[in-house]
Amino acid sequence: MMKITAYADQVSAAPGETIDFMVNCEAPTFKADLVKLICGDMNPDGPGYKEKNIKAIGKYKGRKQVIHAGSFVEVPTAEQLQSLQSFTFQAFIWPTTPDKGMQAIISNWSDSGQAGAALIIAPDSKGIGLCLGSGKGKAELVTTGKALLAHEWYFVAASYDAKTKSVTLVQEPMHNHVGAKDAAKTKKKVKTARIGKHADPVILGAYFKQNDKGRTVCGGHLNGKIDSPRIANRSLDVAEMEALKSGPISGALANDVVASWDFGADVTSIHVTDTSPNMLDGEIVNMPVRGMTGWNWTGDEMCWRHAPEEYGAIHFHDDDLHDAGWQVDFSLTIPKGLQSGLYAARLRCGKGEENEDYVPFAVLPPRGTATAKICFLLPTGSYMAYANENMGFDVPMAQLLGGRLVEHNHQDIYRNAHREYGSSCYDSHSDGSGVCYSSRLRPILTMRPKYRSWVGGVGSTLWQFNADTHIIDWLEAMGYDYDVVTDEDLHYEGVSAIDKYNVVLTGSHPEYHSKEMWDAMDTYQQRGGRLMYLGANGWYWRIAYHSETPGIMEVRRGEGGIRAWEARTGEYYHSFTGEYGGLWRRNGKAPQKLLGTGFSAQGFDISSYYRRKPDSFKKEVGWIMKGIGKDEKIGDFGLIGGGAAGLEIDRADRLLGTPPGAYVLASSEDHTDIYLVVCEELLINYPGLGGQENDLVRADIVYYPTQNGGGVFSTSSIAWSGSLSHNGYNNNVSQMTKNVLDRFASNKPMEG
Amino acid sequence: MPDIYEVEDNYRPKPDDRRLIEEFRKNPIGHHSPDLQRLLNRLRSGPMADKYCLVVIKPSREWQLAKTSGVPGKPLKMLSQRFTRMDDAEWYVFRQRWKALTGETLR
Repeated sequence: MMKITAYADQVSAAPGETIDFMVNCEAPTFKADLVKLICGDMNPDGPGYKEKNIKAIGKYKGRKQVIHAGSFVEVPTAEQLQSLQSFTFQAFIWPTTPDKGMQAIISNWSDSGQAGAALIIAPDSKGIGLCLGSGKGKAELVTTGKALLAHEWYFVAASYDAKTKSVTLVQEPMHNHVGAKDAAKTKKKVKTARIGKHADPVILGAYFKQNDKGRTVCGGHLNGKIDSPRIANRSLDVAEMEALKSGPISGALANDVVASWDFGADVTSIHVTDTSPNMLDGEIVNMPVRGMTGWNWTGDEMCWRHAPEEYGAIHFHDDDLHDAGWQVDFSLTIPKGLQSGLYAARLRCGKGEENEDYVPFAVLPPRGTATAKICFLLPTGSYMAYANENMGFDVPMAQLLGGRLVEHNHQDIYRNAHREYGSSCYDSHSDGSGVCYSSRLRPILTMRPKYRSWVGGVGSTLWQFNADTHIIDWLEAMGYDYDVVTDEDLHYEGVSAIDKYNVVLTGSHPEYHSKEMWDAMDTYQQRGGRLMYLGANGWYWRIAYHSETPGIMEVRRGEGGIRAWEARTGEYYHSFTGEYGGLWRRNGKAPQKLLGTGFSAQGFDISSYYRRKPDSFKKEVGWIMKGIGKDEKIGDFGLIGGGAAGLEIDRADRLLGTPPGAYVLASSEDHTDIYLVVCEELLINYPGLGGQENDLVRADIVYYPTQNGGGVFSTSSIAWSGSLSHNGYNNNVSQMTKNVLDRFASNKPMEG
Repeated sequence: MPDIYEVEDNYRPKPDDRRLIEEFRKNPIGHHSPDLQRLLNRLRSGPMADKYCLVVIKPSREWQLAKTSGVPGKPLKMLSQRFTRMDDAEWYVFRQRWKALTGETLR
């Protein structure tokens, strides 16, 4: 098992700026070095692993740092909460794992003192319960004894009358299923005569356990939704509970309501509003999902902005994670004069792979400058979407997609043992719902040099971050000067992040883009910027970054596209922004509009090659094809699946936006039947969708000039970069890439 | 424990399908006839509990056979077999799955 794991607070920094590093190290000490990453591929058949030592950062004391996963709402304690004796807690809930043991709904609880009260889903499938703690000895639990059904809405309430020592529980299903026996109204006498006082926070969706170096640590995490949680300062009768269920608080209860949280407000925020005059506002922790359909969602509106009163739910998960919140172990100020590029803090606490971790980041050029004509756009949004992806461990179809056995690395084995490190947007939560948020404020062990991914095709088996080092390696080997800029720089700075460059190169798989990033790239092209799209499945999903808190992105897997999970109906709109999520194609911006080609098919066993098309013989594009023979197969070699055309592949399509003047220079052929047409093309499913039969299973190499002297060149294959180094970088994939890059990097405008 | 579905399903190899064994042995990863692809879909689609997988010992050079637990967080079960060619690992697992499906031991 790995002895050292780490993350950084930034994914890019310019010279003079500082990055903080947080390290979990089980050894007494570790050493940190700044290294330049060149090639992360460990395959002996490739160019070999390459990194360059830049400088020693230091030697540091190791300490164990742990992750506390699971989301909740935290409300700081207040006099009105501390003084509660008799009370009522109530809410609507939609439990997703009601049989998974105790899960707290509303807790005003101190675990250390066993004091306070909590409305919970009771252990042993005994329905809802009220836990009472006097602060002296054992807590007392009253339950309905009626098991809850998963994925059904309930109104639940619990009241306690200190004078009569009686508890009332209400468990009211919003839909009555014949024979379900899940409704209950229970009244019971209890022994507890007084609720123990404490100063711990009120927690919704979990209960407070302890404070760990500034982090609130909770237990009893709820899987499922809570809507309209409310607290009253006396024991309401059932009719009063009904009156307080939802909507504005009636005058008759004005003196009784202590808190009434509206989860439908502040959806884009981490803030949670209490609409009562007490203003007991809170904050979400570990990013539970907002903008979720509530108990009263009618289906008349699909967007939370249009009917916030029907989107009063937050979906909590026991494995949600945003900021791991570790203590800083060391900081690195990027040295002045350090060339822009891909770098990492290399951490070692002993010998061997188990005692080593890397935290990669981009060193930007000095702010406001470009130090090269070429920019490599590091697709960090896509790295985040795939962060700590567990499909190889969890999903039976992985071996079908790959057409072979799944391979696991030591990082995968560690991540499986430490699920608290959080999942990717390709995984499901422990309750089966899709993971729509992904954070980089945690160790991302898939975003590492030397890492191999099961999905990366036979051969080097690289995917995303490490596959992109094949492009970095080629730039270095060919002697190009280049700067590196990340997706987040493009998102936050817009076109100014790239507009000083003659050409922008993408990674092998730049799949995820925010509106800000899409607009910036569009503007760059319109101004005459040139784009080399050295991959496939690009500009596919629309994402959003949170406006208040850094390092977390959102994707809603809506009504189309290759989806590892599907967003529930009515939950297609980003909570971070209110934008309609899903495919860019379903937002009126298919990738063909920006790249000339867009996602068409995928398969993950072996790659294939391209054949020249008639357009490639036109004199206008002779400069691209220079050095490539008439009948030559292009890329019938390579480290990713053995060919340059493979894994995910894109095609030109005029109706989806490929410009009318685009040249289709070459197309791939002869893919295996593991390759299948993407599902957004399947309005009617039909036989013959595999690579041996279907014309849509192909990658098109496309070039077209754009206005103001710009141009776009798209290779349309994730595997392309794995062929660049073949035969000492002397091959037709490398040649074509060089032909285009030399021309695109020049100051001479492209001819339209 | 076999790592393929034990439930009744709509495809089981017929006597004539034994020819697919040799086709697979010659080329475990890559282009396959439709009949072999159908058989492989059957063999590879089992649930994650006790499902064969590989652990990388030396990148692109050596792998150790293992089985997933099927329970997120529960460790792999490491098996003793090691392979220096991916094709050999595929052939070994094919034989185990063929036996689980048909009862026949392949040499």
